[in-house]
Amino acid sequence: MAAKAFGLFLLGLIRVLTGSQARWYGCPPKAEQRIYFANHQSHADLVMIWAALPAELRSITRPIAAKDYWTKSPLRQWITTAVFNAVYVDRERKGDEDPLVPLIDALASGDSVVIFPEGTRGAGEEPQAFKSGLYSLAQKFPDVVLVPAWIDNIQRVMPKGEVVPVPILCSVTFGAPIRLEPGEERRAFLDRARAAVIALREI
Amino acid sequence: MNRFLRSLDSREQVAALFFVVFGLLVIASVSATLATFRRREPLDEAWHLELRHLRQLLATSWVMVAVFWFGWATGETMATILFGLIAFFALREFITLSPTRRGDHHSLVLAFFVVLPLQFWLVATRRFDLFTVFIPVYVFLALPVASALSGDTQRYLERNAKLQWGIMVCVYGMSHVPALLLLRFPGRNYDGKQAFLVFFLVFVVQACMLVQHLVARRFTRPPSLPAVSASFNWQGAAVGVLAGSVLGAALSFITPFRPEQALAAAFVACVAGLLGHLVMKALKRDRGVTSWGPRTLSITGANGLLDRVDALCFAAPIFFHTVRWYFGVQTG
Repeated sequence: MAAKAFGLFLLGLIRVLTGSQARWYGCPPKAEQRIYFANHQSHADLVMIWAALPAELRSITRPIAAKDYWTKSPLRQWITTAVFNAVYVDRERKGDEDPLVPLIDALASGDSVVIFPEGTRGAGEEPQAFKSGLYSLAQKFPDVVLVPAWIDNIQRVMPKGEVVPVPILCSVTFGAPIRLEPGEERRAFLDRARAAVIALREI
Repeated sequence: MNRFLRSLDSREQVAALFFVVFGLLVIASVSATLATFRRREPLDEAWHLELRHLRQLLATSWVMVAVFWFGWATGETMATILFGLIAFFALREFITLSPTRRGDHHSLVLAFFVVLPLQFWLVATRRFDLFTVFIPVYVFLALPVASALSGDTQRYLERNAKLQWGIMVCVYGMSHVPALLLLRFPGRNYDGKQAFLVFFLVFVVQACMLVQHLVARRFTRPPSLPAVSASFNWQGAAVGVLAGSVLGAALSFITPFRPEQALAAAFVACVAGLLGHLVMKALKRDRGVTSWGPRTLSITGANGLLDRVDALCFAAPIFFHTVRWYFGVQTG
């Protein structure tokens, strides 16, 4: 109940600050199992995609959240668990444990996920090279639709180190789904995926 | 009819005005809807496009009138808050399309969360002497300080000018619309009817813009300023201003002015609005966009508000100060 109320409040706040516009360019919003992958510039990215999705899709889509940042305080943990229903992922690899396990569990149970294949927040104009997680997931779940997304402007709303956000219109552009071709190399696929994300910037 | 209108008190007169305007909108919308059912042989693409434009225009008008009605029905303070929100969303669009640097963050926070609320609070609390100088004097001198303190000097003047201009148009200009509600006209028995003055300004300026637009479309003349606007020409502008001014004179009975004064006031507002619209077009051209709204595609969310209100943002302060000083009006 509190989570629902807070979710609504957050949604209102984001709409006022950023407009949180979803631009469905290459595919319609549809309730099929999907992996959304996007550029990563700010901690607010997961909030942006969450807000841009229609309510019906929001309930079946789980954004990825960096475990070290989003579990630091009880409030952050509560927001990511109760409101976003996020999947925690370790950014630092510990021992032999596969960091993708939580994502694989989420996908195996039928949920859609939102991931940021750069692994960390980029500072430059273009996203950094994608890490291999996307490739592994695409291999393991060939039936899940891969949707590229470009998040625009969010870094201007709250630059690194600032605490007060300013209102600037942001948008999330969703592109045409891509798929892993039979026999495609890991690097080639990841570069293609990154190009699909960058291509959405100019639309 | 006239006697009947005069027998009403001011509140009833304003209500009657809204009744008439809503009635006109209902008639226009119903006929536009009926027109879509009409068969045209052969199927006329241009006609359908025109109809869609009309329906969009009607939708905007509905929203605007509904906003005005809400503002009037809930009182002056509510109306001021309402225009404050419009200014907020307009400034948000303006800043979105004027790239800012990281060092501008504190100035932006100041603009959105300090300057904007303060300006509208000054309007609501009727501090007229401060509200006319607060932005052009204090804020314009304070913002460069905030920028300098951030330590980023790259394109310093350009960045400050951008932000100051955004505040000037969106906040300062827009805040003069609710300020009209607070003008007092001693000896003219006009208290409680100031909503008419807001209506007068908006109606006259919008009419001028609409006529100018229609004339430019119907008689395709070469644009007078092709670098600024592909459709603007002086003939259309002259017809628009003329139409707005005559309409203003005809509406003098809802204002505290005599007909010739209403004509002059409407003329001033129309010229200011039209030129303001032109200025904003030049700004948009500079930014390489055609509208302040989001880029194409199907999207959700507020959009293109600044395109609708830019003429008003320029017309309102000029109209306000013309009325206040030239017509010897007092505030309080």
